[in-house]
Amino acid sequence: MSSKSKVKVTPKDIIKAYIEDWIIVPGKILVRNRKAFIGFLITLGYILMAIVGPHIVPFPRNYTCPVYLPPTLLKWPPSLEHPLGCGYFGEDIWGEIVWGAPTVLQIAFIAGFITTIVGITVGMISGFKGGALDSVLMGITDIVMTIPGLPLLIVLATVIRSANPWVIGMMLSVTAWAGLARSIRSQVLSLKEREFIEAAKVLGLSTGHIVFREIMPNLMSYIAINFIFATTGAIYSSVGLYFLGLLPYTTFNWGIMLNMAYTQAGAQYSFHTIHYLLAPIIAIIGFQVGLVLFSYAIDEMFNPRLRTEV
Amino acid sequence: MRWIYRRLISAFLAIYVAVSLTFFIVRAMPGNPVDALTQALIQQYYMSYEAARALAKALVPFIPKGPLIEQYFHYIANFFRGNLGVSISYSTGVPVTELLASRIPWTVLVVATSLLISFGLGTLIGMLMAYKHGSKLDSGLALLFSILRSIPAYLIALLFLSVFAFQLKWFPTRGAYSVQPSFSLQFIADVLWHAALPILTWVVVHVSGWALGMRGSTISVLGEDYITYAKARGLPSRRIVVTYVGKNAILPLFTQFMLSLGFMFGGSVFIEYIFSYPGVGYMLYQAITLRDWFLMIGAFDIIVIAVVIGALIADLTYSFLDPRIRRE
Repeated sequence: MSSKSKVKVTPKDIIKAYIEDWIIVPGKILVRNRKAFIGFLITLGYILMAIVGPHIVPFPRNYTCPVYLPPTLLKWPPSLEHPLGCGYFGEDIWGEIVWGAPTVLQIAFIAGFITTIVGITVGMISGFKGGALDSVLMGITDIVMTIPGLPLLIVLATVIRSANPWVIGMMLSVTAWAGLARSIRSQVLSLKEREFIEAAKVLGLSTGHIVFREIMPNLMSYIAINFIFATTGAIYSSVGLYFLGLLPYTTFNWGIMLNMAYTQAGAQYSFHTIHYLLAPIIAIIGFQVGLVLFSYAIDEMFNPRLRTEV
Repeated sequence: MRWIYRRLISAFLAIYVAVSLTFFIVRAMPGNPVDALTQALIQQYYMSYEAARALAKALVPFIPKGPLIEQYFHYIANFFRGNLGVSISYSTGVPVTELLASRIPWTVLVVATSLLISFGLGTLIGMLMAYKHGSKLDSGLALLFSILRSIPAYLIALLFLSVFAFQLKWFPTRGAYSVQPSFSLQFIADVLWHAALPILTWVVVHVSGWALGMRGSTISVLGEDYITYAKARGLPSRRIVVTYVGKNAILPLFTQFMLSLGFMFGGSVFIEYIFSYPGVGYMLYQAITLRDWFLMIGAFDIIVIAVVIGALIADLTYSFLDPRIRRE
């Protein structure tokens, strides 16, 4: 019996293992799950539209379509030149959708990210430390959970008049984190009692190791799903705030298009202008559907217990 | 009994924190009521700036003066006596409580009706899905509902308004009633006709959540031993479905019921804005555009109080309904 192991672990092997763990295996699961794969493709399409779109599609300048003559209002049906027709100021609607995508997606993902991070941090600390700190944190969480998020956002938005996606993202997560924090805490509490955590403690492993290597993998699928829900929630409130006209109109945004179609163009009165209202509605619904479908595979992809079959 | 006191204190704290927070947020808002009203007058009646400014100056006596912290203590002291101050620019000089009292019934009508309809319909569909668990119908409905649930309510409201009110003209496009208010059948029918689209919007969005929740909880109840035992005893299946499965499956949804009430109170800002429905949410929006400070805080407070009391009732009744979680 030799005590020396013949197998040497090189950095290359570690990278290989990571690629196997985080790209190849989840990828296989994703391709097998048809619904989730479609959702993934839709989401990817939106992200591409946000990143590449503005470089390809021309800036939607006003009056690129012929100027409208009252009282006929707008009567520019979709055409080859303007696939989704034109808006109130004679701007190309498809261009507006594409140029609006970066802000909508940025705000949504940033808000989802901040919400998740704050939720995890508070839930983890609360579940791990326990005692007085736990009581204080959960007391705050309970209060935040009962404050209705949307009305608070409406009031906040008028004070924080910023177009910076990070500022808006932070604002949107101001009450959204509480639910996640509570459930992370209860999951940590139940995981803390399991044998493998006890074993890790007996082995004298550091708290950092226990938190990130032992507990986190068990929560990963849960966290990923909550990130997606936080993102869809952020779309709901951010587009809604733009629709109400409570956030500054400095960039293109689907919410602003909704507002214009609702208040200016009279897209509801006349059937000829319905495409102006439908374009942002379909854009938003499409993105939400993509994310929700994608979330179907997340549990399988990140839950170590469900991955054994692959 | 100790947890009841703790729960009450937490509810009280939530209201206090929310009220204080909004007080300072609202007062930090850029723009004051005089400017906002001047703007509104110019936009609505095409007045000259001087004329509009002169008219708006009438608000000055109603604008609170003195240090902010003093105003805060004054407001809080009055708040707990049920005095929410007077409206500044929306309806100058009228007590906020009076304005809110005229709006609350409309929001409650729409929110409560749609909540009851969607809860009843959703739990029924959810139970059906659970019994057909694994079938094409079940998986198809589950997919449809999880997609529907992610669609923002205001998009559905916009579509309904455009299609059913403007194009097809089946329903009115704005307001809560169009005939003289009276206790007649005609008035009630008119009110329901106006409330139909807002209610329909909520129902379409919320049915999916209830159906999915009920499906999940029914499936887990169906796996319980007491169901197998009840079947083995040869109890009539109707009784098993209603008393054994139904009652146990609905219990976990009950807390959700009260929380939804709060969520819908908040979301009613969008729905009421789109349908120009005179509820609390629309009033909050109007108060913000006019920078009517006390009305804004008041409308927000009413929503907070509704949510907190809803959550409180859910917690208290739940422990009485379900003996398993009765504490101490």
